[in-house]
Amino acid sequence: MPIKPFYNDILMDHHHHPAHKHELPDANLTLRGVNPSCGDQITLHLLVNDAGIIQDGSFTGDGCAISQASADIMLDLIIGKDQTNALHLCSLFMKMIRETVSDSELEELEEAGALQDISHMPARVKCAVLGWHTMEEAFRSQPTIH
Amino acid sequence: MLESPDNFRKDFPFFAQNPDLVYLDNSATSQAPSCVIDRLNRYEQLQKASPFRGLYPLSVQATDDYEHARNLVRDFIHAGSGEEIIFTRNATESLNLVAYCAGNALIHAGDEILVGITEHHSNMIPWQQMARRTGARVRYLTCSREGAFNPDDLEQSLTDRTRLVAITQMSNVFGQINDLRTLTQIAHRRNALVVADGCQSVPHIPVNVRELDVDFLAFSGHKMLGPTGIGVLYGKKDLLNRLPPFLTGGEMIEEVTTEGATWAPLPQKFEAGTVNTGGALALGEAIAYYNRVGFDAMMARESALTRRLMTGMADIPHVQIIGSPKPELHHGLVTFTIDGVHPHDVSAIMADHGIAIRAGHHCAQPLHAYLGLNATCRASLMFYNTEADVDAFLNILSEIRGAMGYAD
Repeated sequence: MPIKPFYNDILMDHHHHPAHKHELPDANLTLRGVNPSCGDQITLHLLVNDAGIIQDGSFTGDGCAISQASADIMLDLIIGKDQTNALHLCSLFMKMIRETVSDSELEELEEAGALQDISHMPARVKCAVLGWHTMEEAFRSQPTIH
Repeated sequence: MLESPDNFRKDFPFFAQNPDLVYLDNSATSQAPSCVIDRLNRYEQLQKASPFRGLYPLSVQATDDYEHARNLVRDFIHAGSGEEIIFTRNATESLNLVAYCAGNALIHAGDEILVGITEHHSNMIPWQQMARRTGARVRYLTCSREGAFNPDDLEQSLTDRTRLVAITQMSNVFGQINDLRTLTQIAHRRNALVVADGCQSVPHIPVNVRELDVDFLAFSGHKMLGPTGIGVLYGKKDLLNRLPPFLTGGEMIEEVTTEGATWAPLPQKFEAGTVNTGGALALGEAIAYYNRVGFDAMMARESALTRRLMTGMADIPHVQIIGSPKPELHHGLVTFTIDGVHPHDVSAIMADHGIAIRAGHHCAQPLHAYLGLNATCRASLMFYNTEADVDAFLNILSEIRGAMGYAD
């Protein structure tokens, strides 16, 4: 008897058809993130203009469905937004994982809300936040874009 | 009393407590029979006294029991003397002990240490660190894609500067047994010492250190039915005598002045501080359990289960086994991947159906890099697993691609 699909449609769709999983030769902000517990690794590539707007972004690497789908959803959300807005969404995502997010904040997260259930799977939290943490670190480690 | 193979599980309270769990992560840690837990409890609750120093009967009893446990370990691996058995926290500590002490006494700048590419991080990082301290150089001995070492490769990799070869008896990724006796003969001909990792082999096959002739062998109690926190370092007596102490402090001294100290004889020289008496007694009890059941019965079970497991896996499309396709070379340990599904997702789906397996790089990241793999899954059996465990695993394994949205 077939077992039920393990992840919801949104996650599965981003896992199988990631829009942003590719190299980005124009990127001016690149950072590698690793999850040592399972070997997930992603490299985040961002193209940020002088005004701090994320004009384009992508990720490369290898990881589980959650880490890859989460990074893809994140890029959907942050491309076109400025750094401040992207970091704001990142803090909301972390709040969602910690189960302290409000309904209106959850709406701001759009498709990333599909990862809300991860808060009940402690072993997978690191996978879900890998892309988001990497973005946060990328902006922190390199506040000035060149 | 002889345990019946059918009734192994009744000896393990873990399975009564977790009746629906299919536990296939035995290479990470094994479960303990009640006699082992009872021995630990009996010491901690009723017999607790510090061995070696007290002159009252309970302390004398603790000393006798602790030394009896040491002798059980000695006989289990056929060491020549109890002085060659050092109790440690685990194999990691055992290997760090050798790397640290050998680094101080036997290895010098410009020397080479040859490490198997298959090694668990615990038999790799201590050598890397030791090389940094001493100015020695770590080189790696590579294996075939199926995990086998070619003696000729060892022959060619050894140089006049090679002082030591660090290699596992059984890889925790391939499950394959290395012919340590042959490899050791080759290393010894070139005057290189052999430090063997016995973590996976000692729980699953009879090991005779004198036949293998390895200079050191490290293993952990918790992978062989014992409790956590107790491990063993076997070392040849003359070598242990040549090494300086590792940790210093109580119990490991002969005489102390404000100027310095002289060391206790083996094995106390390497057992600084109050020892893990309860852990050692419980490990001794685990060995007594092995002796009662016998390796013949255990290995027959593990071999039948491995055959069932790998035959079933071979019938499932998109499942790739790492290492040899032959079940008899795996000793209950099968590492695999599923095309298109990340090992972490495989393991999570298994967990969702009550099946415990391992996913990741199994503390062998350089081996995974060498094989061109980012991560893998590993199912590992023990004699107490059942056909039903294997079938439950195979049933979910065959459904995983479907659960991840694949049509075939």
